[in-house]
Amino acid sequence: MAYGKKVLDHYENPRNVGSLNKDDAQVGTGMVGAPACGDVMKLQIKVNDEGVIEDAKFKTYGCGSAIASSSLLTEWVRGKTLAEAGEIRNTDIAEELALPPVKIHCSVLAEDAIRAAIEDYEGKQAREAGAPGEAELAEAV
Amino acid sequence: MSDINLPIYLDYSATTPVDPRVADEMRRFLTPDGEFGNPASRSHSFGWHAEEAVDEARKQVAALIGADPREIVWTSGGTESDNLAIKGAAHFYQKKGKHIVTVKTEHKAVLDTCRQLEREGFEVTYLAPQADGLLDLAELEASLRDDTVLVSVMHVNNEIGVVQDIGAIGKMTRERGIILHVDAAQGAGKIPINVHEMQIDLMTLSAHKIYGPKGIGALYICRKPRVRLEAQMHGGGHERGLRSGTLPTHQIVGMGEAFRIAREEMAEEAARIRALRDRLWDGLNKMEEVYLNGDLEQRVPGNLNVSFNFVEGESLIMALKDVAVSSGSACTSASLEPSYVLRALGRNDELAHSSLRFTIGRFTTEEEIDYTVSLIEQAVQRLRDLSPLWEMYQEGVDLDSVQWAVH
Repeated sequence: MAYGKKVLDHYENPRNVGSLNKDDAQVGTGMVGAPACGDVMKLQIKVNDEGVIEDAKFKTYGCGSAIASSSLLTEWVRGKTLAEAGEIRNTDIAEELALPPVKIHCSVLAEDAIRAAIEDYEGKQAREAGAPGEAELAEAV
Repeated sequence: MSDINLPIYLDYSATTPVDPRVADEMRRFLTPDGEFGNPASRSHSFGWHAEEAVDEARKQVAALIGADPREIVWTSGGTESDNLAIKGAAHFYQKKGKHIVTVKTEHKAVLDTCRQLEREGFEVTYLAPQADGLLDLAELEASLRDDTVLVSVMHVNNEIGVVQDIGAIGKMTRERGIILHVDAAQGAGKIPINVHEMQIDLMTLSAHKIYGPKGIGALYICRKPRVRLEAQMHGGGHERGLRSGTLPTHQIVGMGEAFRIAREEMAEEAARIRALRDRLWDGLNKMEEVYLNGDLEQRVPGNLNVSFNFVEGESLIMALKDVAVSSGSACTSASLEPSYVLRALGRNDELAHSSLRFTIGRFTTEEEIDYTVSLIEQAVQRLRDLSPLWEMYQEGVDLDSVQWAVH
């Protein structure tokens, strides 16, 4: 199977591989996918007091396109606000990496990952802020 | 390392290169100065010479499997032989019964042919193998019924290389007057097989898996007891009416020469290839969380099917640019399903997604094996460093207890 140049580049030189402390209140973690489906993405973002993503790390179990999608995502979200990061769409990733149709799900997974990471961070912040309402707490968990 | 030609070919179960000795023989049957005649031409020496060459090849193919040359019918390859055997027998004997038994880990040429027969009104039982890939003979016996006309079990599995106990199955089917078809595309020429001792009625053979050319195969059809088939290809009545079509002399000669070489060199070659296979397994097995798929003992010498836990197969193949192997996982397909063979063994999906098939052959060297081991060690390490599953495993998380969002 022939891979696009950008997929190969990210696969061979993945950006921002690693892990952040998931217990840190400034860190949001998104883990999506399932081993049984052949791909699992873990995306972590570190958000500063201004609400800007100052660091992002990933680890991915999956094919080259899944690794490339998550690697690209970490590059894109760095320096973005949470709102901006939340606007990244899977189609942007698929287009940038020129993913073939059978690999579109990799970009979908990447979009799911950033949303899950943002949600995780916001949930932590809500709890940090103290005395959240019952409903809010349930939602954050 | 300097004498290694890259990429290294370790996909001999997909196909093999034609042995140069085979190619030399084939060349004699193509050009104007060679024996290019049609073996069916009875009126001149061009035809007679070609027919002699075909007869000689038929003897060589028969000799490898302990058959009579009159029991060999040429086909275009393994897939056609499977189709002719299964459809041909099912159609001919359908008045006797319409039940067929086969195994979930068979080649698609068998499974898909059985599916077609189901659409035609036949009933097919698909047996699951045990975790080691081998068929439970008691379960097979229990599946046989009064209306069972055909059992189709492969000799050597193409993905995991396990060898079924064909002799025991043959005894069971012969006693009951049920026809036994064996797909031996991956076994013939690699391990001994004798159709009469094993009481096989129909057997699929392919040339390109044992250093012959692609596009030629054969079907062995037992004469005693006589097995009858309904032809699937109609025309000039070649091959006693069982398979019409001009015989491709050069292909047939190539298959004959490949089978002659296999018969003469099999014992020595199998020992050499087995040693290389064991060397590869010893090297890979030094890594953590590496699993062998299929039984190691009841296995063809050249096959190793390994799951590298926490690493996804396609990404591993991508990392192994210099080694030609195949992934047990078919995750390039739209269905994203892992190998149906590994799943049939009850391997969990993670391990099925993480498998590679290495198949070693005539031209593999020790240096190639050692180099492959070092490449795989590096690639697996690199991909595990990237793998969240590996990280969780290192932290002691039980992955089965995690609630995954299955998509």
